[in-house]
Amino acid sequence: MVSEERVVRVASGQGFWGDDLEAPVRQVEGGGIDYLMLDYLAEVTMSIMQKQRARDPEAGFARDFVPLMERIFPRCIDDGVRVVTNAGGVNPEGCADALVEAGRRAGVGGRAKVGLVTGDDLMERLDDLLARGHALANMETGEPLSTVRDRVQSANAYIGAAPIVSALEKGADVIVTGRSTDTALTYAPLIHEFGWAADDWDRIARGVVAGHINECGAQCTGGNCLIDWWTIPDMASVGFPIVEVSADGSFVVTKHDGSGGRVTRASVAEQILYEMGDPTEYITPDVVADFTRIRLEELGGDRVRVDGVTGGPRTDFLKVSIAYASGWKATGTLTYAWPDAAAKARAADRILRERLDRLGLRFDEVRTELVGWDSTHGSLAGEPPADLPEVQLRVGVRAAEREPVERFTREIAPLVLTGPPSVTGFAGGRPRVQEIMAYWPALIRREEVESALEVEVRDV
Amino acid sequence: MTKVQLVHLAHARSGDKGDTANVGVIAYDEAHYELLRRALTPEAVKAHFGPMVRGDVERYELPNLGALNFLLHGALGGGGTMSLMNDAQGKVFSTALLRMEVDVPDEVAEAVRGRGRVPAGWTVERYGDDGGGLS
Repeated sequence: MVSEERVVRVASGQGFWGDDLEAPVRQVEGGGIDYLMLDYLAEVTMSIMQKQRARDPEAGFARDFVPLMERIFPRCIDDGVRVVTNAGGVNPEGCADALVEAGRRAGVGGRAKVGLVTGDDLMERLDDLLARGHALANMETGEPLSTVRDRVQSANAYIGAAPIVSALEKGADVIVTGRSTDTALTYAPLIHEFGWAADDWDRIARGVVAGHINECGAQCTGGNCLIDWWTIPDMASVGFPIVEVSADGSFVVTKHDGSGGRVTRASVAEQILYEMGDPTEYITPDVVADFTRIRLEELGGDRVRVDGVTGGPRTDFLKVSIAYASGWKATGTLTYAWPDAAAKARAADRILRERLDRLGLRFDEVRTELVGWDSTHGSLAGEPPADLPEVQLRVGVRAAEREPVERFTREIAPLVLTGPPSVTGFAGGRPRVQEIMAYWPALIRREEVESALEVEVRDV
Repeated sequence: MTKVQLVHLAHARSGDKGDTANVGVIAYDEAHYELLRRALTPEAVKAHFGPMVRGDVERYELPNLGALNFLLHGALGGGGTMSLMNDAQGKVFSTALLRMEVDVPDEVAEAVRGRGRVPAGWTVERYGDDGGGLS
């Protein structure tokens, strides 16, 4: 029987691939949590993983996840903390294999189960989908995918909670997915625990808001928090968020006692607005949530109650995240010192552009910024003062072909001896040429994806 | 009326979706929400950013949070890995908007003086000291 008093605690341990490696360990060792969610994926992460997998068939997932689990696996099993993660990236099978091995090394063999969710990866099915009339048109420009088909590197549907819930029902202790929607890593366990119906829009929407608050880690507990940032205590050991969710979907955001950071109405409000579009229509695979009726109540002691969220029916479509190769770029920097630092940097930029021009190099874009003056606030920074102590010249180029970008990387260092004076800061060597992976958001009818999803549970 | 920089009236956070930056602006004092709603029209915000925002500015209202959400289209040099900008993901468009000046009644200007900025004389030895805030 589900009591209205019962609370499920979902802790956040990673907000992106590259986040604080100690945070998930602290979340588990702090005790009292039921689930640990680890979000590793952003818009560009899948294409980076796809490139890694092209070089090494065993790669293509968030590798940090495996040694992390080797550390925390025994404690998670002992305490009954279940882990839900999209660390699988473009190779969830490989991730699950490595996880099983890590579990055996950690000594949980025979008493742990790993869940694996696959089917979000549409790469192998793209031509079939296009042939059957799915245009996969760009949501922003309306162009059909056929215009860039030969350059597509990865294509993954954002999938919802159902396969994670299924893996939990089958007893999985750690569930690895590919492109699960970030918020689903938090609300899938809630659907499993409370038995919310698939059309219980309001409660699922509340779970989505809990997931949105959890998905960026410490960004709701004091990290990157603008309000009175200089007063936020002990950020060196910042506590990551924990949502304590009731059966009706209302919840409290908090963090472990004794951890650093701060949870207030303002810190939570900042995170609610992060990457927000239309707040009346926050679209996920399982519900469309309305953020304009959220009520935040500060309870004190780093606790904020979140209530009032409503939701409406899910749409007939899932979003597809497609990455395609779209040329090359590089960025070079040099540092100019007082006096007249900005004038020198601009003169160097002029020389550089003249040389690139004389070499006959053509770029789609050449962008010049002065770090220390206008690289963040652009034209709002106005004209730099002549007494600016120093400034870093930052020039970036972009082109469809690699060659002009490669040549550009050889034109930065010469400026040290052939340009304006008082220049330094070239210790890092030549700039690196990077291939651009452009983002192509599209929609697909959900049944095309959902009929192909698979859930497998393996013994460790 | 007195001109006050938005940084004294509100805090903000920004992020990206493709080539669009979003900036959520939250009033420090909910009593000032209506004032911000009137001053921060999409047209005024578009004019503030000038050449930094090539496309339209859309605005959404969240009175429940004392907040406004702005979408700045065409602000990120193509967005994602395409962009050559230092701030390719629009992380600090938040404080760029807080540079904007708005007209407020004199008593409001007086009440919010110094708000949103590190107090004079503050040093990093006091970082994390609760007494350093004005709230």
